Amino acid sequence: MADLVKFTINGQELEAPAGMLVIEAAKQNGIEIPSFCYYEGYSLQAACRMCLVEVEKMPKMQVACTLPVSAGMVIRTETDQVKLARKSTLEFLLTNHPLDCPVCDKGGECELQDMVFRYGAGESRYTETKIHVNEQQWSPVVFYDAPRCILCFRCVRACDEGMGVSALGVINRGAQSLISPNMGDHLECDECGQCIDICPVGALTSGAYRYQTRPWEMEHVGTICTHCSDGCKTTLGVRNDEIVRGNNRDRSGVNGEFLCIKGRYAFDFSESAERLQSPMIRVNGKLEEVSWSKALETIGKKFAEVKAKGGKFGVIGSNHTTNEENYYLQKFARQGLGTNNIDHQRTGDVVTLVDALSGTTGRLAKTEDFYERKAVLVIGADLSAEHPFLAFQTRANYRHHEAHVYAVTAEAVREDNMATRSVRVAKGEELAGVEGLRDALAAETELVVVFDDSIKGDKVRSLVAFGESLGIPVSYCALVDYSNSRGAIDMGLVAELNPGFHATGTAGASVDEMLAANDLAALWVVGSNPLQNAKLAASRAFVVVQDLFLTETAQRADVVLPTASAYEKNGTVTNGCGEVQRLKRASATMGAKTDLEIIGLIAKEMGLAPLMGPWLPETVYAEIRKTVKGYDIPLPLVTIGAQQTAPVNGRVGVDSRPDLIRSSHDKLFTSGTLGRYSTVLNSVIEGRQSR
Amino acid sequence: MTFSPELEARFEKFLAKYPADRKRSAVIPMLVYAQDETEAITQELIEEVAKRCGVTPLQVDEVVGFYSMLHKKPQGKYHVQVCTNISCLLVGGEELWNQACHKLGIGHKQTSADGRVSLEEVECMGACSWAPAVQVNYDFYHFVTPGQLDKLLDGLAAGKKPEEIADVKKVSC
Repeated sequence: MADLVKFTINGQELEAPAGMLVIEAAKQNGIEIPSFCYYEGYSLQAACRMCLVEVEKMPKMQVACTLPVSAGMVIRTETDQVKLARKSTLEFLLTNHPLDCPVCDKGGECELQDMVFRYGAGESRYTETKIHVNEQQWSPVVFYDAPRCILCFRCVRACDEGMGVSALGVINRGAQSLISPNMGDHLECDECGQCIDICPVGALTSGAYRYQTRPWEMEHVGTICTHCSDGCKTTLGVRNDEIVRGNNRDRSGVNGEFLCIKGRYAFDFSESAERLQSPMIRVNGKLEEVSWSKALETIGKKFAEVKAKGGKFGVIGSNHTTNEENYYLQKFARQGLGTNNIDHQRTGDVVTLVDALSGTTGRLAKTEDFYERKAVLVIGADLSAEHPFLAFQTRANYRHHEAHVYAVTAEAVREDNMATRSVRVAKGEELAGVEGLRDALAAETELVVVFDDSIKGDKVRSLVAFGESLGIPVSYCALVDYSNSRGAIDMGLVAELNPGFHATGTAGASVDEMLAANDLAALWVVGSNPLQNAKLAASRAFVVVQDLFLTETAQRADVVLPTASAYEKNGTVTNGCGEVQRLKRASATMGAKTDLEIIGLIAKEMGLAPLMGPWLPETVYAEIRKTVKGYDIPLPLVTIGAQQTAPVNGRVGVDSRPDLIRSSHDKLFTSGTLGRYSTVLNSVIEGRQSR
Repeated sequence: MTFSPELEARFEKFLAKYPADRKRSAVIPMLVYAQDETEAITQELIEEVAKRCGVTPLQVDEVVGFYSMLHKKPQGKYHVQVCTNISCLLVGGEELWNQACHKLGIGHKQTSADGRVSLEEVECMGACSWAPAVQVNYDFYHFVTPGQLDKLLDGLAAGKKPEEIADVKKVSC
C-alpha cells in the first residue's frame, strides 16, 4: 500500500494513501462528493462535472474523480462556489432530459432525481427545443430511451471492461451523442443487463421490469440465484407475491452487483404457466389430479409395502434443492427406507479433489480468490459462458491487479483476450497443455486452478500433484453445474458417501445403475430429470416424482408432486467454491409445497416422523451443523454472507466414479430443465442461436 | 477489403508504430488515409479497420462519428472548409462562410451538383495567427479576403486545380 498522506477536506484533517482519488478519499471518511460518471472499479471518465471541488492553490475547481490526493492538499466540498457548480451542472444535464419522471421506471431510485432534489436546479433557463430521439428496443431485455441519457458512459464501460463484451458504444458527438448497440439496431451480447442496472437515470430500461411497478411498491428479498453454481445473490423485487425483477444493487453477497441474464431475468421460470399446482396420480395409464392427502397416502402405502417385501428402492436427488432438503432426503433414504441407493446427477469431481488435498487446509479456492490471487489457471471450461461470475471476478482481477490469466481449453474462450498464455488442446489432453505451462506457472507467486469435468478421477490427482510441485501456494476449484450441486455432494446425495464425505462402506446404486436395474421396485425422484435422455429399465417400478414441471421423468411417474422453486423456500445452498449461503422465500405458487415438507409428510405417512424430526429448515440445519463436518456455521453468519465450509481433512477413501461425472456445460442461455421454462432465456436472440 | 499497395504500406507502418496491445491507436490515421482512397468511410471499411486494429466495428464507428474530418458520405473533389471560430470570426470568417454558401448555393456539409466542391463550416483549425483561414482538402489558405475566396471558388467550380488559380496562394502542410 502506498504511503499515507495528510490532507484536509472541509477543515477536517484526514489521511489516505497517496494517489487515492479525492472522491474515494472523501467517501472513506464519510464525505459525499456527488458524481454520475465516476464508478468504482471502472476506468475514469470525468464527463459529468458533478464532482467539482475547490482545492487551495488551484485557480479553477477540480474534478474530484480524477484528482489524486497529495500531502497538504486543502479541499473544500461545501462552499458556495461548489454548490453553484453542482446546481449549474444539473441544470445543464437537465437541458435535454425529459421531465417524464412520473412514468419513468427509474422514478424513485434515480440518481439524477436524487441529486436535483438535493442540490437544486429546480428552474431551467433553457427555452430552446429539446432534441428528441425515439425510444429503441435493442433486445427482449434492453430498451434505450436516448433523451433521458446524461452521457455518463457507465454502461459502455461496464460492458467493455466489466463484461469484456464491448457491445455498447457512443456515436456522434456533443449534444447529439447517443449510446449505440453493436449491431446497429439491436444488441448481440451476454444480455446480462448490467448496463441497465448501472444506468443512473432511466435511459436504459429492462424488458422484464419496465412499466410494471414502482421501487417502493415492491418487497426486496435477497436470495441466491438457482441457476449455475457461482452462488450469486439476487435481490428479487416482489409485488403481490409475484417476482417482477432481479438485481443486486446493494452489493450484498459474493457477487457484489454482478448478475448474468439468469440471475437478473431468469427468475421467470418460477412464474411459468406450466408450473404444476396439484399432485397427480396415474389412473388407467393417465395422470389425474388428486388431493395432497390422497397422493401422500398412496406413496406412504406403496413405499411401506416395498420396504416390507425388501424390494429395491432408488432415490435420485437434485442439484437445485437446499442443503436441508438434501440432508433430509438422504436421511430418509438411508435410515427410513434402509437403502444406500441414493444419488444425484454428478457434474464435477469435488470428491477426488477433496481427497487429493487431504492433510492440507485452506486449499479450496474461495470466490474472492478469483479476484485477489495473482494468477488464475482455467482448465477446460468456457468460464465466461458457463460460470459468468467467476469469469467476471477474474476479469476484474486482471483489470485491477494485473493478474496473470492462463487458459487451457479445447476452443477459443473469452479469457484468451486477457490471458498471459492461452493453450488450445484436444479434448482429453488438458493435462498435457497444463504441463506445457509449468515454467510460466512456477514463476508466479500464487495460483488459483479452476477446472471442469474434463479433469476427473486420477487426472485430478495428477493436477494436484502438478500444482504441489510448483512450489507456490495453489488453491483449487472443481466446477460443478448448478446452484446446489456442491451441497448435494456435501449432504451425501452420493451412493458411496454419507454427509460430510464419509464413506458408506457398501456403495449404493448410482443414477445410471438405478435406471438400468430391472428389479427396481420404487424410484423416487426429487427435482431431477434423469429420464430426459435415458430410459427406465424397470418397467413395473413405482415412480414418484417431485418437480416444478411435467418433465420427461414426471410423465413416466405414478405419482407427481408439485414442488416450490428455490425462490419459494427458505434454507441454505452451497456454491461451487463451497460457500454456504441462505435462501429466502420471495414468492409462492398455489398448490406447491417445498421438497422438505413433502419428504416430511411422506415420512409421517410411513410412521417415520419421530426418526426424521420436524421438517423446518432451521431445525434440519441445526442437525446438519452437528453431524456434517465443515458445516458448523451459525445460521446468522450464513445469512449475512457466504461462509466457506471445510468439508474433510483426511482421505475420503472411495472411488469417485469419474465415469458418472458429466457436466451438461450449460452456457449463458440454457439452465438444464429450468432454462426450458424461462421465457427470457428462450426469447433472446443469442439464446436461440446457441441452441 | 483490398487497398492500393501504397496504402497497405502505410497501414503496416502505422500498425508497427504502436505497441502490440495499443493497436487501436492506428484507427484514426488509417481511417483518414483510407477515406481518401475509398472517397468515404463505408461499413466495409469500418469492419476492415476494426479487424486490423483488434477492436469492435462499433468502437471504430464511435471514432468516425466523433471526428469531423472523417466522412461517411463522399465529399466533393475539393472540400472547402471555412473556419468561423473566434479568431477567424473577428476578422471576417463568418462573412467568408456566408459568401461561400451564397456563391456555391450549398450549405454546411453539402456538395455541389457536379460533385466538384463541397462545403463545411469548421471549428478552429489552429491557424489563428493567419486568420481568417480556409482549408481545401489538406491545404491551407491564410489571410483570405472576400476577393480571394471568390476567385478560389470560381476557379474550383470552373474545373481548375487549386494551384492553377492565380492570386490565391495555398500554404501546404
